[in-house]
Amino acid sequence: MRLFHTILIIPIMSSALWAGLVQVGSDYGYATVAEGLEASLSGDTVFVHPGTYVESGLTVPHALTLIGKDNPIIDGNHSGEILTVTADDVIIEGFTFKGSGLSHLDENAAVRFEEANNGRISHNRFEDNFFAIYVSKSENCLIDNNTIRGLAQTESRSGNGIHLWYCKNINISGNSISGHRDGIYLEFVEQCEVTQNHSTKNLRYGLHFMFSNHNEYNNNRFDNNGAGVAVMYSRHVDMHNNVFADNWGSAAYGLLLKDIYDSKITDNQFNRNTVGLYSEACNRIQVEGNNFENNGWAVKIMANSMDNVFTHNNFIANTFDIATNSRQNFNSFNQNYWNRYRGYDLDKDGIGDIPFHPVKLFSLLTEKNEPALMLMRSIFVEIMDLAESYIPILTPATLIDAEPLMRINS
Amino acid sequence: MTTLLKIIKYQLHDLLRGKWFIIYTAVFFLLTDGLFRFGGDSGQVALSLMNVVLFIIPLVSIVFGTMFFYNSREFMELLLSQPISRVALFLGLYLGLTLPLSAVYLIGVGIPFMYHAGIMTGGYWILLLVGVSLTWVFTALAFLIAVLSEQRVKGVGMTIVLWLFFAILYDGIILFILFALEEYPLEKLTLILSLFNPIDLGRILMLLQFDIAALMGYTGALFSKFYGNMFGSAVAVFALWTWCAIPAWLGYRAFSKKDF
Amino acid sequence: MINIKGLKKRFGRLEVLKELDAQIQENTITAIVGHNGSGKTTLIKCMLGLDKYDGGDISIKDFKLNGDWNYRSQIGYMPQVARFPENLTASEVITMISDLRTGSSTQAEELISYFRLVDEMEKPLKTLSGGTRQKVNAIVALMFNPDILILDEPTAGLDPVSSSLLKDKINAEKTAGKTVIITSHIMSEIQELADTILYLLDGKIFFDGPVDDLIAQTGEKNLERAIAKMMS
Repeated sequence: MRLFHTILIIPIMSSALWAGLVQVGSDYGYATVAEGLEASLSGDTVFVHPGTYVESGLTVPHALTLIGKDNPIIDGNHSGEILTVTADDVIIEGFTFKGSGLSHLDENAAVRFEEANNGRISHNRFEDNFFAIYVSKSENCLIDNNTIRGLAQTESRSGNGIHLWYCKNINISGNSISGHRDGIYLEFVEQCEVTQNHSTKNLRYGLHFMFSNHNEYNNNRFDNNGAGVAVMYSRHVDMHNNVFADNWGSAAYGLLLKDIYDSKITDNQFNRNTVGLYSEACNRIQVEGNNFENNGWAVKIMANSMDNVFTHNNFIANTFDIATNSRQNFNSFNQNYWNRYRGYDLDKDGIGDIPFHPVKLFSLLTEKNEPALMLMRSIFVEIMDLAESYIPILTPATLIDAEPLMRINS
Repeated sequence: MTTLLKIIKYQLHDLLRGKWFIIYTAVFFLLTDGLFRFGGDSGQVALSLMNVVLFIIPLVSIVFGTMFFYNSREFMELLLSQPISRVALFLGLYLGLTLPLSAVYLIGVGIPFMYHAGIMTGGYWILLLVGVSLTWVFTALAFLIAVLSEQRVKGVGMTIVLWLFFAILYDGIILFILFALEEYPLEKLTLILSLFNPIDLGRILMLLQFDIAALMGYTGALFSKFYGNMFGSAVAVFALWTWCAIPAWLGYRAFSKKDF
Repeated sequence: MINIKGLKKRFGRLEVLKELDAQIQENTITAIVGHNGSGKTTLIKCMLGLDKYDGGDISIKDFKLNGDWNYRSQIGYMPQVARFPENLTASEVITMISDLRTGSSTQAEELISYFRLVDEMEKPLKTLSGGTRQKVNAIVALMFNPDILILDEPTAGLDPVSSSLLKDKINAEKTAGKTVIITSHIMSEIQELADTILYLLDGKIFFDGPVDDLIAQTGEKNLERAIAKMMS
């Protein structure tokens, strides 16, 4: 271990040769982080030795590399903000931030980047903060491999894990976030990539997007969040290869889309959600190659959604495959696999010879009258559904998959 | 007690000679095995079997139960002239039918499950529990009808009407009520209505296993709160067994006063 | 001794037994006679507890019938029409009943050979003729050596040989000290077998006394004529 530390420290020390090294710790030059920061010059490295520092209201006004050894704890003692960065080129690595102050007026964060470009927040732990990481009006930052644990009890008394506001070109990757209001929150953010994060057990959304165009999130896992993932009022969002799982409750969604245009949802897994994918007023979304399995409703698509294309998805063991609130349909469903499909394929081209009606009459009835849900799978309901599938009277006659796949699309 | 066991033994002996039982076992076996072969994991197979369980078991139990009771008339007369109590005879007849019917169901469904799936999930146990419970409930109803109605044709007709009522019409009526009284809060009503149909009880117990995702989407807190926890399931199981106990008890009362 | 007091039984609106009183003495053969539907079988079934009577009392050997069933271990019953679980064989029925009564029968084998049924025992009952079934029926009634025998039309359907075998057996039972109750439409048979006659009419006992008395009173030469005379 000692050898490892030496190796780790050598490059830092060597960079300190030309920039200057400020050491913080009870046995070093500065006993508090505040003193260390005060003493540092632009471009310095502040090296914090193990220990607990009960400090808040720290500021970083110039470029700086802030390194913690063995995760020293900076405890804000629940008063105000812990660390505020207002300069470019700041790196924060290897700390444990604890206890930013709860407030109803200020969005107090453990670490805040305010108009600070080219920053990096890596390998830190965040515990019991109001907001953990708050980045505002900044560009070209990297937030990676942090572990963020909140103790949120109620939505009004909790903040977000990673909160971005008016940012551009931020990369959020490899973080693990739980116990906050929203795990990751993006508002007015562009060209960001959210990747390989795990957001779980947050009170509201695992990921929350608002007014954020041209963003991409992929390879993330969102599970057990109060209401799943919400993407709202945005264009050109690329959602690829994520897992949305185990989001339960009366208003819980794997993925909730509202006013989304020209986006892509590809190769994602939607498992065991109350509603897998919910779409309201969305247009021109390509939904392709996703797996919907064991959801209450795989897809709920409201009639104000148009020109969306569902193709090559798998619908397996969902209580309802597609639900909608109207007889109209302006979306296309083609070449999906439906495990409920009972057609045949005489010409053996892998495509069923008769179309599939994914909307059941009963799902329409439960939309109108929720207590009717208790009749699910009743023989009476099955008979009704069967009759409706042959002669659609109430369900959208044009919402069909004319070329249902015979085998699971892998 | 020994007399009871002996009566069960002879009923079993007698029943196992009939082709009925072989057919009934084969239906369950081939169906379950087929569902596994034509795709689907154990969860999906259990789900497909759910409809069979809710449809066929009540029908077979109630129709076969009455016919069995009528056909046991000779056996009853023979035994009642012997030093044997009526309660032992009635229970013997009842268990002599419900035990093999349950066993056949458990074997027919259980064996394919074991060699295809290996591990039994919670849903699978509920499927077995509901199947067995419905067998007992509808056999009890069958006996009640058969004791009360001397005429075979009338008796069998009544069982079919009763089955149609519980299996299909009852839910139609609930749906009608739900939409006719849409303006009113109907949560409690639906909860109470569900207790008065054994098939609905079985169905809801299985829904809690297979469609919990959709049930959780139901904003009616009462329903999901009630049925979403162990207490609700316990109430449903208890209600199901009450559905077995009451007709069986009424049937016995009528049987104990019956002239042979 | 069987004591019947004020016995009432109705089936729906039809009153079958109207406060019937009768006594049946031990070690006698008592014949219950009456026209069709006079309540002979109902009376027998009340004694057996197969029919639940609406009023009155029956006591058998000082044992009151009140829902208990143990007294039936002293009764052997042969119903009018032999009814068995159709899939069983005769020997299975006999084994079953022995098993259920828990006292193994010492007489079954003897009775089987007496009624010449050895070859029929392993065939399913549904394949046997009415007469053969009736003989199986007789074995079931007799095999436990009960103190009381209740035989409802025992010889109906039997061929003459079997019929006389059975009648001999009934007589032998009486000699052995048993009480026998019998119904029959064949008056010559009753005259041949019975000591006492219970004549049922309109749900009551119309005549109760020794057969010989009845014939003597009417001055007719046989029971059939005596009864016909009594009725006119």
